[in-house]
Order: sequence, then structure tokens, then C-alpha cells
Amino acid sequence: MSVPTRSRRSLPSSPLAWVAATMLASLVLLALAGPLVWGAAADRPDPSAVLQGPSAAHPFGTDNLGRDLLARVLTAARPSLLLALSATLLGAAGGVVLGASTAVVGPRTRRWLATLINLLLAFPALLVALFLAVVLGAGAGGALFALAVASVPGFARLAQTLAAGVSGTDYLAAARVLGLRRHRLLRRHVLPNIAEPLLLSTTMAAGTALVALAGLSFLGLGVQPPAYDWGQLLNQGLDRVYAQPLPALAPGLAILYAALTFQLLGEVLAGSAARRAHAPQSPPTAPLPATLPAPLPVPDGPAGDDHVLQDHVLQVEDLTIELPTPAGVIRPVRGVSLSLRAGEIVGLVGESGSGKSLTALALAGLLPEHARVGRRTHRLLGADLTAMTRKERHHHLATGLAVIFQNPASALNPSLRIATQLTEAIRTHRGASRTEAAAQAEAALRRVALPPSLLRSRPHQLSGGQRQRVMIASGLMVRPALIIADEPTTALDVTVQRQITELLSDVRRDTSAAVLFISHDVALVAGLCERVLVMYAGTVVESLPADRLATATRHPYTRALVESVPDLTADRDRPLRTVEGGPPDPLAPAAGCPFQPRCPHRRHRCAEDVPALTDLDPGHRVACWYPLPAPAKATAS
Amino acid sequence: MTGVSDVSVSLLPRHPWTAFCVRRSARLVLSLGVVLTASFAMIRLVPGDPVRAALGVDAPPALVAARRHQLGLDQPFLAQYRHYLGGLLHGDMGASLITGTPVAELVRTRLPATLDIALPAFLVTLAVALPCGLVAAVHTRDGRRPRAELAFTAVTAGLASVPDFVLAAGLSALLAVGLELLPVAGTAGAESFVLPVLALSLAPTAVLARVVRVEALKVLAEDYMRTARGKRLSPARRYLRHAAPNMATAALTVAGSLLPAMIAGTVLVEKVFAWPGIGSAMAQSVVAQDYPVVQAMVLILGTTVLLAGLLVDGLLALLDPRSAIREM
Repeated sequence: MSVPTRSRRSLPSSPLAWVAATMLASLVLLALAGPLVWGAAADRPDPSAVLQGPSAAHPFGTDNLGRDLLARVLTAARPSLLLALSATLLGAAGGVVLGASTAVVGPRTRRWLATLINLLLAFPALLVALFLAVVLGAGAGGALFALAVASVPGFARLAQTLAAGVSGTDYLAAARVLGLRRHRLLRRHVLPNIAEPLLLSTTMAAGTALVALAGLSFLGLGVQPPAYDWGQLLNQGLDRVYAQPLPALAPGLAILYAALTFQLLGEVLAGSAARRAHAPQSPPTAPLPATLPAPLPVPDGPAGDDHVLQDHVLQVEDLTIELPTPAGVIRPVRGVSLSLRAGEIVGLVGESGSGKSLTALALAGLLPEHARVGRRTHRLLGADLTAMTRKERHHHLATGLAVIFQNPASALNPSLRIATQLTEAIRTHRGASRTEAAAQAEAALRRVALPPSLLRSRPHQLSGGQRQRVMIASGLMVRPALIIADEPTTALDVTVQRQITELLSDVRRDTSAAVLFISHDVALVAGLCERVLVMYAGTVVESLPADRLATATRHPYTRALVESVPDLTADRDRPLRTVEGGPPDPLAPAAGCPFQPRCPHRRHRCAEDVPALTDLDPGHRVACWYPLPAPAKATAS
Repeated sequence: MTGVSDVSVSLLPRHPWTAFCVRRSARLVLSLGVVLTASFAMIRLVPGDPVRAALGVDAPPALVAARRHQLGLDQPFLAQYRHYLGGLLHGDMGASLITGTPVAELVRTRLPATLDIALPAFLVTLAVALPCGLVAAVHTRDGRRPRAELAFTAVTAGLASVPDFVLAAGLSALLAVGLELLPVAGTAGAESFVLPVLALSLAPTAVLARVVRVEALKVLAEDYMRTARGKRLSPARRYLRHAAPNMATAALTVAGSLLPAMIAGTVLVEKVFAWPGIGSAMAQSVVAQDYPVVQAMVLILGTTVLLAGLLVDGLLALLDPRSAIREM
């Protein structure tokens, strides 16, 4: 499937980056200026105003010595932030040295270091910090050191992972060959290459450290009176939470503000790193419509043309698909008409990007929701799908046709048993009971030459060929009138390909279902199908009986396609023939015939008017102003 | 864990499940050894005399000596370690320096209270984050509703940064004291569980919901989801039966990594709500320098973390045998 996928981004950088930067600046400013501006007020006891609630003079109230709580919270920014940053930087330095050294030591030491890091990582940092703070004794220094040590394993694991990516690279191997010493390897070659992800982690870790240090102080293990930080203020205030919530919570709000700042900062850094990583492939994206797009207007055409082909399983006229992409709207399918009789097997060939897979998805009603589809007629088993309600259409499509996708490994759900995947469609749409459905599933598996015991299996227990048989069996469960096989053998190896095409052929003969076989492989289609449609740049350029493909093609593109197929008799000393040039740019289709820029036979008119698909012989239609001459004598057998 | 497995790779049995169990057990034994040794070493690492520190400078020397003997601190180091491990095997964790209560008794009464809030908090996290993440993914897939996506990301980022103990204090002030809706502290009735569980689970829920959304977006873009669409199954069946199981492994892995921090978070949250669990016992004994109690609580919390990890890994192995066994 060649639907262009839109690149994703989690957050637009500008507004959030501004918020984060402003919050960070306010914290830095507070840490620098806080003690200078409010330090005096924070330490000035006022025996006449002990344990007061909020007032004009003391917006957050006062503590048990009558000191202003707002001033204390603002002053405490410096110790709180300083402690958190010191602990983070200390822990990051230790962790990075430990982790990055795994890239330059021998394999045995590396394994032991990895084991050690893993062991330490099993324990939450807060618990490790708590343990160390108990051992080191209550106090700011002990808490700082405890937290630094507790954050070492996390940084070590990160640096280890990053350094492992670096250590396999060529320049480190070259540096080793040059005989650079270990510490120099580390400093010059390993650390600079892991700097950016580390910066991101350090930012996030600083937030965590701030909260953890506040937690330690809150428990009474961190900063000791008369010094104070936010955690300690919260601890002192909590006893008053019953009487005066605001004085108790003011330090908590400060912790929350700081934690939020670091979180947002990390978010912005991560977003910009992710954008830079994807920058080359993803230009700025246009937002997709939030609501479902309206269907394309019905193409102009004589109304009387809209006759019902009664013996046809599928009848589609003037199918057009529009897809919004970041670079603009493209029309990968333009005016495709096709019809299939019951039991007929028709090939749809074309190179990748020709629109054949999108056509298949449109026929099955499986296009992505932002695609716009237009068609004059879309009949399945004679019933007009465009005139149905959504629910009727769903039921009709579910029971009338089955799609077999290119890659059976990904088209089957890895977590569900084969039985579930086979039976769910008929249980939903035909109201089959569990036992009926199971019996039919067994029959379907036998039909595709698989043992019924596979019903209990999950997809990963099957081979590629078996999975595609299961997909076919799954399609057969609803007894469809039409099977759309979208490159069903491309992902399989050659011997299995043959079995699958033979199976499809048998199934068609036995069930008289029509098969639309989509492939880029002209030789395969010629051998399997009765009729072949050749697509180029979203249009059908030639429609002919399959036996004419080898010798009697009339469109220059089809001819080139057929001639590019090597066979065993091809002269190996000569280069393979290819179709010159590349497919047209879907954003800027050429005027006139879409193939004209690559066509060796083009003339003046080709660049001006689009040739319509017209009958040359019975059953043979070509969209070309100057069709190639038919062979002198009929060579079709 | 590649370290252990690499070292002993030649000794491993062939069968994948046996190999998984052997590796996982080896890892557990090693980690338990770390916890046991660390908790044992704690009292011995404290600078100065821990008994003197706990009992205060005024305590009579005879009492200090008696308590030192009771703790076995006057014996040789290795004998102490043997004695410590032997005591643990018999459920003897020493006695509180301050009250003289056996620590095992304290653990027996307090551990259930902690599990009573930690377990529901974990379940609430799963029960809220999984559907929220999935619903958010369904509504924002293929780049639809970019505003909703931005709102989801911003709100979860904000909630994820709320520290549990600050939230606990805020909740008790707002809901319990301010609005008098719920009990502020203690374990009186079902309502008293609401605030501690909420405080413990909010931030992990936000983190998990984000991860679930990203994982769900990946799953929704898979080919088999198109197959399910082709079968015209109901949205409920497509999302719950076809998408959800394929996100379970990733979701549980992340949830498992959040669990240790939640267990450690009980220490602070229990203090705020005066919840009679392991955490508040630890908080009290840390301040009182009641080392035998701290030692036991470190041991219990550490072991709980390890067992929770074992449980999650076991569940992962059952859910997704291939990856869990291969990646051990």
C-alpha cells in the first residue's frame, strides 16, 4: 500500500518552549534574588504574629515563630534548587563515567559492570536515597550525597546503552587502532556523542531529584533547622493542615511549580531532539481535516452510460482517489473503471505507485478515512454500494468480498488464535454459532490444504506460506463472490508463490468466485489470469486478454514492461532491459498522456491531450494516441 | 538482564521455560542478597554508636550495653551476619530500640495496611491508564484532532510531574479539611482509602496513559488492524479484541517499571495520611533513629519491590512467551 503517511509530532515547539523557558527563568531568578530580597523577612521572628493565617501583611500566614511564610518559601528556592542540581550533576557524572566506561573496557569487565548496574536499578531511587540518608545521618550534605548515589545507576544504564551504540562505530574502532588511551577515548570520542540524550535525562532527573530531596527533608532526613528548604517547610506546615490549609500547602505549591518546570523543559528538549532526528524526511505538516471529507463529486458523464451489468460481480466506473499529503493533495487514482464476471480471474499490473493497491483498497472500502473517493458506479453483486447506508454497505462488503493482503506475517493478528481470526467474520455477519463457525473453519483450512489442528495455533507458529493459506481460508469463510488478492505472493519465496497462485486458481474454479489479482509481476499475471489491466500513474492504460500479453500488446508502456521481464533464455551478456525513466511525480502530473515523458514513441499530441481507453479489437482496449502496430500474424495460441 | 545470563550461559538448560525460570531465579537470589546485606550493613555503617544515638546521651551505660548485646553488635562481624540471617529464617527481626517491641510484630501489623493501598493504587493505575491511552489513541490516530492530542500530552505531562506527597498534602487540605468530604487520616472505613490511593496512583496513571497512547498508535497502524477493518468487525471488537492484546506487553512492562517507585512512595504518602503501614513506620523510626526498625522496613520494602518485579516478569512471560523468554 502506498498511502503517504503523515509524519507525527507530539507538541508544537514554540508555545510550550516559551512557557518552559519562562518558568525556568523565574526559578533561576528566584534562586539568585530570593535570599537577597526576602532573606531578612524570612528570618525575622514576630512574637505578636505566631501561626497566623493568610492576611494582607502575610499572604501565606506565619510560622510558629511569627516568620512570614511567603518570604520563607521564596527564600527556600535557592537551597532547594541548588541541592537538587548538585545531586543531579554529581549523580550524572558518576553514572556517565560508570556507564560510558563499559564502552572502552574489556568484555568480561563490561559484563560485570552491566550486572552491577542492573542489580542497582531494581531498587527505586527514593528507597536507595532513604537508605543512604539513614546511614549518612540526617542533614543536607548526607541527603545530597545519598540522592547523587541513588541516581547513579539510572545514568549509568543510559550512558551504557548510548555508549554501546557509539562503541560499535567506525571512528571508535579507528581511535582504538590509533592507540588512544582509555580516558582519552572516553573524553574525546564517547562522551561527545552521547551528550544530547544525557542532557535530556539530566533535565528530567533534576526534577526527580528536587522532588526526592524535598521528600527526604519532609521526612526529616534532609535539610535540618535552622536551615530550611521546601520539603522541610512542608513538613512543618503539615501539622497545621487541619487549621490553615494555605500556609501548609504553600511550600508544596513551590515544589509542584519546580517539578512542572523541569518536566516541561524535558518535554520541549525531547520534542526538539525527536524533530531533529526526523527532520530530513518530514517537512512541516499540514493538519488533516478533523471531520470526514466529503466524497468527490461524481465525475461528468452521460447518465445513460450507467447501465447495470447483470452478470458482473463487480462493476466500478470512474474511480478517483484524492489523498491529502503534507505537500499537497495528490490524485493517485484517476478515473479507473473495471468490472469482473463471476468466476473470472483478472490481473491488475503496474509498478509501485501506479495506484493498483489503492484501487484495491477503494474497492473493499478500506481506504484511510482522510482519503476522498469519487466513483460513478460501484456495484458489488449488482447492488449499488453508493446508494446504501453505512451499515448496509458494511454488511454487503463483509459478506460479498474478501481481501488477501501482501504480507501475511503482518496481516494476521499475532495475539489471536487462527480459529478466532477465521470464525469472527461469519459469527459477526452471518450469525453463525460457535460450533457452526468452528466446523466451517475446519473445512476452510482443509480447502487450503492445511490441517484443522492449526486452528489452535497462533500466527507465529506458522510458516509464511501457511499464513497466506490461512489468509485465503479466512477470506473463503464468508463465501465471497469476489476475492481481491493484493500482491499475495510478493512477501513469499518463489516455490511458495507458485503454490499460492495455484491455490487461488483452484479456489476460483471450485467456488466460482471472481478473483482480482494485483501484482507488479507481469509474467505471473500472464500465466494465471484470463484478462489483464495495466495501470500507469493512476489510470488504466491497456486492457487485454492475458494471452496477448507476450506478443500483442499495443501500449508502449505495457510493451516495455513485458520486455523488461527476464527469462531463462535471455542473453546474460546484455544488460537487462528496463523501462527508461521514473514514474511521474504525483504532485505534478505531466499534461497529456501520463506516460508521454518516458515514451520512446511520443509525438506532439501526446503532451496535450489525455488519450481515453478505446477499443482496438474485441476485448482489447488501449489508452494511447498512437498504439503500437499489432503483430502481422496472430501468434496467440 | 544480559549480565547474569551471559556469565552463566553455558550452564543453562536447553528448554526455554526452564532457562527463563533459572535465569530469573538467579537474578532474584542475587538481588535479595543485595537487600539482605544492605539492610544488615546499615546499622554497622552508621558512624558512631547507633544505640547511643537512638537512646540519647543521657541513657545509662548499662542500658546501652544491654541493647548493644541484644543487637549482637558486640560480636565479630561474620558471626553477626550469620546470626542476622538465622534470625530472619525464624522470623526474628530484632526489637525496637525505643519501645522494645519485636520488629516482626510490627511488620505483621503494618505490612497489610501498606499492601491495602499499594495494590489498589497499582490496579487503579492500570484500570484508568489503559482505557484512557487507548481512547486517546483512537481519537488522535493518523494525526487527527491535533488539538486534542496537544491537550492530552500537556495534561498528562502536568499530572505526571505532581509529586505524590505534595498531592497527598494538597488532597488532604482540599478534600478532607476544606470540603470535609473524606477522612483526612487513619483507616476508618472505605472512604479513608480514597485519598492515599489517589495520591499514589495519579502520576503513574498519567505516565502510563501516555505510553499506552503511543503504543496503541503503533498497533492501530498495523496491517492486522486493516484486516480486522476488512472483516467489518465492530469498533469494540477491533479495539478490545484485536488491538488491546498487542499493547499488553508494552503497557505491562512500563507499569512494572512504575511499581517500585509507587512502593517507595508509600513512605511519604503514609506519613501525610498517618496511615499505619510500613512506610509511616519507616518514616517514624528514621527520625527516631530506631535502627532495627528501619533495617526491617528497608528489608521489607526492598523485598516487596523485588517480588513485584518477579510477578510482572512472570506475567509478561505468560502474555508474550517469545519476547520475555528471549530477552531475559
